[in-house]
Amino acid sequence: MAERAFSATRLPGFAMIAVAVFLVLYLPIFTLVIFSFNDANSVAIWGGFSLRWYQIAWANDAVKEAAVRSLIIATSAALIATTVATMAALGTTRRAAFKGQTLIYVIINQPLMVPEIVTAVALLIFFGFIKVTTGYQGLGYLIAAHSAFCVPFAYLPIRARLEGMDLSLETAAADLYATPWQTFRKVTLPLLLPGIIAGAMLAFVISLDDVVITEFVKSGGQDTLPTYMLGQIRRAVTPDVNAISTALLVLTVLLLTVFFLLTRTRD
Amino acid sequence: MPSNEDRQRAASARTGWALSAPALLLLGFAASGPLLIVLVYSFLTPGDYGNVVWKFSLDGWRGILFTRDIFDGTLHLADANLTIFWRSVKLSLLTTAITFAVGFPTAWFIATRPAKSRALWLFLITIPFWTNLLIRTVAINEVIRNEGIINTLLIWTGLITEPLRIIYTDTAVLIGMAYVYLPLMVLPLFAAIDRFDMKLLEAGYDLYASRWQVLRRVILPIVKPGIVAGSILVFVPSLGAYVTPRVLGGGKNMMIGNFIELQFGAGRNWPLGAALSMTLLIIVTIALLIYVRAANRGSPHG
Repeated sequence: MAERAFSATRLPGFAMIAVAVFLVLYLPIFTLVIFSFNDANSVAIWGGFSLRWYQIAWANDAVKEAAVRSLIIATSAALIATTVATMAALGTTRRAAFKGQTLIYVIINQPLMVPEIVTAVALLIFFGFIKVTTGYQGLGYLIAAHSAFCVPFAYLPIRARLEGMDLSLETAAADLYATPWQTFRKVTLPLLLPGIIAGAMLAFVISLDDVVITEFVKSGGQDTLPTYMLGQIRRAVTPDVNAISTALLVLTVLLLTVFFLLTRTRD
Repeated sequence: MPSNEDRQRAASARTGWALSAPALLLLGFAASGPLLIVLVYSFLTPGDYGNVVWKFSLDGWRGILFTRDIFDGTLHLADANLTIFWRSVKLSLLTTAITFAVGFPTAWFIATRPAKSRALWLFLITIPFWTNLLIRTVAINEVIRNEGIINTLLIWTGLITEPLRIIYTDTAVLIGMAYVYLPLMVLPLFAAIDRFDMKLLEAGYDLYASRWQVLRRVILPIVKPGIVAGSILVFVPSLGAYVTPRVLGGGKNMMIGNFIELQFGAGRNWPLGAALSMTLLIIVTIALLIYVRAANRGSPHG
């Protein structure tokens, strides 16, 4: 135990602050989850276990429609963003550096840098103009907007995976007279797949969580779960909001755990 | 005649651009491109019922700082706007300071765990990072509001009889932002501390430095790029925050993000909203440039 008396990496009070931080970070979330199972009407007083807020939320057509809409948008956005991001990652890694590569990189990562409210306003104006000109009011705008801001989230894990793969297997395939397409299908794609799945999951989670851009782009009656919640809590927080939050939270944590397991092997 | 290498390079560029084209088109259509329209709109005249009239005007930009007197047409500093800007900057700086003060020990703690449990601690900080910001805002709202957990507990224990009024104040917004943006501070700090060579600490102690001196003179200068990165990552979204001030600040304690929305809603002044958006974008760009410069300067060490 003598060695433990002085540890160079220990700084007094740091561990205590860190543990407090983790508690403060998680306690509100745990409370929210626990009170979503509360039988009482209050969100602060415990009245026994029940699933009634889930039943109430699910019986509400507005919630059901918003949930379906959220899933449609997130699935479409994840598919589109992952497809274009995979292509872009293949185009910008493992090849001779070319002019404009940095520009491509900056444009792809632009949604990470521009404040959401600014993009939201830009899309409100631009899509509003298209809505008036074409008369189309459908979900296409939300899907386009979500696909766009999901691109960097899909791109980064795919690119990271690609950078860790050397070209020798692909060269070997080419030496054995595989066409470029065969090489891609049979060699590159299977190796890249964990990165692609990881990217798609992040894109899905990011789309599912979006509030600001959705709030500005949606036409009337196009609420997603987060914008529905935002509208609800303007008045007072009701326990069914806790139930919806918990459901979203569970979905997010599940997807993140899979993402974590998929990307962990790389290190 | 072009050399083999030149030809290869040209082919690489062609394929690179071709493969990136769908992503660039998508982003041009639904992210980057529309920003140019905002720039154009900031120089137009507001329409009576929202939207714009296509007539050049600098009133959008002037309106950021000044209001025109309705009687004699003279310009005055717009106090209401200045209050909102000041609140935004103040709360964003305070959020950055608070998240750094608690985030640095947290990042240090994670980085000094044994390799096995480190991944788990890191995962624990990553989950809130990817979790819906609105849900986390709702969660903190339930803690601090009048009938929330803190007040219920304090009243139940008899320490207070009237609930503490935190919700719908600047303090509520500050607590909320520090809560939701904390992971953005911890992650880059962790990355910097993780690369830090712990042998330097022993060297410091061998030279009779105190813990405080080691922290001040050895650790902080070396992990500075991480500090800059974390501060920018917290400051930028704080300045543009919309959801947190809307839920926790109520209607009155607006920040720039809510002020921008107001111009496109009840305010019916789209050019002013556009000019405000551009201003926010410019400030964020400057912050990011500072970050890139700091990161480049820091890289030879790390």
